[in-house]
Amino acid sequence: MSGVHPVADWSTDFDVLDPGYVADPFTIWDDLRSTCPVAHTGRRGSTWLPTRYDDVVDLAHDIDHFSSTQISVIPVAGGSPPEGERILRYGVPPISADPPLHTWTRRLLLPWFSHRRVEGYQAMTAELCGRLLDGFSGRGRADAAGDYAQQIPVRVIAAILGVPGSLADTFTGWVRDVLEFADDPERRRRGSQALVEYFVDEVARRRSEPGDDLLSDLLGSEVDGVPIEDSVVLGIAALVLIAGVGTTWSVIGSSLWHLATHAEDRRRLVAEPDLMPFAVEELLRAYSPVTMARVVTEDVEFRGCPMKAGDKVLVNFPGANRDPAAFEEADSVVLDRAVNRHVAFGSGIHRCAGSNLARMELRVALEEWLARIPDFSLENGAQVTWAGGQVRGPRQLPVVFE
Amino acid sequence: MRIRVDPDRCQGHARCYALAPELFDVDDYGQSSVIGDGVVPPELEAKATLAIANCPEYAIEERSEE
Repeated sequence: MSGVHPVADWSTDFDVLDPGYVADPFTIWDDLRSTCPVAHTGRRGSTWLPTRYDDVVDLAHDIDHFSSTQISVIPVAGGSPPEGERILRYGVPPISADPPLHTWTRRLLLPWFSHRRVEGYQAMTAELCGRLLDGFSGRGRADAAGDYAQQIPVRVIAAILGVPGSLADTFTGWVRDVLEFADDPERRRRGSQALVEYFVDEVARRRSEPGDDLLSDLLGSEVDGVPIEDSVVLGIAALVLIAGVGTTWSVIGSSLWHLATHAEDRRRLVAEPDLMPFAVEELLRAYSPVTMARVVTEDVEFRGCPMKAGDKVLVNFPGANRDPAAFEEADSVVLDRAVNRHVAFGSGIHRCAGSNLARMELRVALEEWLARIPDFSLENGAQVTWAGGQVRGPRQLPVVFE
Repeated sequence: MRIRVDPDRCQGHARCYALAPELFDVDDYGQSSVIGDGVVPPELEAKATLAIANCPEYAIEERSEE
């Protein structure tokens, strides 16, 4: 990220990979909202950045002008897509699709993340968190991001997909290659290729030995009497892994960062566990990890901005959730916030298909941590590092406790 | 008080179900609906109001009694 050219004017030349933006985008959004609510940049192609809640929601709902066929916040450098992405002829639906492909692929996926199913994953998640805490709670210090947050969603998702949890570190590595090193085309190419090749083998194996898992279910599914193509199955599998791993771990990490640096909130949450459901929504609002992109389908004027066909728009859900026009005390975490129409999981037809799972994982991860380690803080002189771009969250979070 | 969920607006955020499971159900595809005829007993009106205020899609409507 050291290669980012310094930004002098955020309204006309923004850069989401700027280290200052990655560390603290909040003050930049606040400035833009009052001076230039839809910012623009020519870096990595013509791209727009809305910062107001109403604008972001309107963009997400206008699927005719803003297509999901290009969702990468950072386009692949160098033109041709990675080999792995070429095997995925249909992208990673439903997130990278417009109707009608979006509609039927989403219907295949949703039941796996329904309330009822997610309740069934809860005991496994709590047990997993307990095991991780067993590993470091006696040591007085831990990397709350690397030793804890990063370890949780990947194992739950592996169980749902029916792939071994023992490969968690490998999966995490691929997901990071794809999501966090988008400006390093070689690394991104390697990650996406390895991930797709892994699932090609897994699909072949399940054709002969189906199991009770999402991959097998997809392979056995028919749409209008026709089995779905392998490239669609591979795309959905890649999506579930990438979106199910990199996002939830980020918000678990950000929430632990908040609690490590805001002792009053931490003590209150320990003393008033009934606040947890509201606190989970509030932490999701304040530290929404995910920004998605859209591509403009035809020239359109949006809030006075002349958007051209082919331009990118960043659907800035994290920024929308900090808009003071939509939330009182938008830049404060209010644990018992009663009215909270946050859009951390998006808005409109692409509402995160895994939102029930993500909420459960965040709640259980915080409950289990606080039950075992109610009092913790950042290590003195700690180097907290953040990833940004498509997904924002801490990647190194050294904390100390009794 | 009487409420309904607009099925065209609901996108399955499930905030209503989390806040007021006595009043809402949600199917395997995330679609929410009111339980029964949507008439809210007085003791649950505060919960219904909370659910309405937290729906990110503005999908829950309060309907006047007829």
